[in-house]
Amino acid sequence: MAFELPKLAYAYDALEPHIDARTMEIHHSKHHAGYTNNLNAAIAGTDLEGKSIEEILANISQHSVAVRNNGGGFYNHDLFWKVMSPNGGGKPSGDLLTAIEKDFGSFDAFKEEFSKAAATRFGSGWAWLVKQADGKLVVTSTANQDNPLMDIADVKGTPILGLDVWEHAYYLKFQNRRPDYISVFWEVINWEEVVKRFQD
Amino acid sequence: MEHKLPALPYELGALEPYISKKTLEFHYGKHHQAYITNLNNLIKGTAFEDASLEDIVKHSEGGIFNNGAQVYNHTFYFEAFKPNASAEPNGKLKAAIEASFGSFDNFKAEFSKAGATLFGSGWVWLVVDTAGKLAILKTKNAGNPLRDGFIPILTMDVWEHAYYLDTQNARPKYIENFWNIINWELVEKRFEE
Ligand SMILES: [Fe+2]
Ligand SMILES: [Fe+2]
Repeated sequence: MAFELPKLAYAYDALEPHIDARTMEIHHSKHHAGYTNNLNAAIAGTDLEGKSIEEILANISQHSVAVRNNGGGFYNHDLFWKVMSPNGGGKPSGDLLTAIEKDFGSFDAFKEEFSKAAATRFGSGWAWLVKQADGKLVVTSTANQDNPLMDIADVKGTPILGLDVWEHAYYLKFQNRRPDYISVFWEVINWEEVVKRFQD
Repeated sequence: MEHKLPALPYELGALEPYISKKTLEFHYGKHHQAYITNLNNLIKGTAFEDASLEDIVKHSEGGIFNNGAQVYNHTFYFEAFKPNASAEPNGKLKAAIEASFGSFDNFKAEFSKAGATLFGSGWVWLVVDTAGKLAILKTKNAGNPLRDGFIPILTMDVWEHAYYLDTQNARPKYIENFWNIINWELVEKRFEE
């Protein structure tokens, strides 16, 4: 069964004024669709057909570069759309906030570390909040479409929040000003979804 | 040595409709300038403070390399454009392209394909290798062929910022446009040096 481009839970213009409708539309209907189609083409006729994306990523070192790039792109964008919401922003609640305070000192310290990881990723990539196997939270970043589920990742674990810092994610609205894009991301984070991923 | 943003040999709007004025305003005025500012800040008090840009590209690492190579790469990229450009090179370069790639069209197709398939951010290069033959290389992010002993003579920026305002996700359209604005006389000069 082929992977399908996931539908967004909100309209393309729903994250305005933080993330503009045109960026959302191209990002979802062109970039994410491209990764999805290319992933399907890369696994067609191989024993990866029918496997879950998580299973594919966990053994990515054994697969082709096309599966790595497009499998990562497929998974990462799906996570990205879900951890954003028109009713987002603020802070997480409960266990996740407690864990963030324990592992980073404070929510603000976490926010600063995550923003810095996103701002300093050179070239294309992602910033992540990752829950490691022992339950500890860490911030990391990956190049291109790699992610912490991949067996080749420097920092491995379950990504529970991710920020796309490819230029396509912000160039139409922010051009060279990546830090401005990073700061609006905090206004649209769907913390309920992040909490759910933290608890799973 | 303080690095400075080199003047462009054409107006910001001169490459339209192939590269828009708006793209150049950001790409040259903001990105290229930022790499220069960052480089100047990073080399202060280091062994690279008085080094040539070429030495920085060849020998530095980390932030100094990333910014220094981006300064080199962008200068190399921007200076090899011109409005009303000829479609193909002439003379020795043309002969060398035909010797290495079969024909100019084959070269163009191979270089274009390298650009379309480079995943993420990076650069495509036409280089002269140590045997004097021409080759096409891809480098990621700030990568530069001088580090591996090649002499670059033409480059194409495929970071998304190079084309996103003009062609968005359609990188191949940007690559098609690229062929209309190459200053082949300059590329020939680089080749013959
Ligand atoms: Fe993206
Ligand atoms: Fe560039």
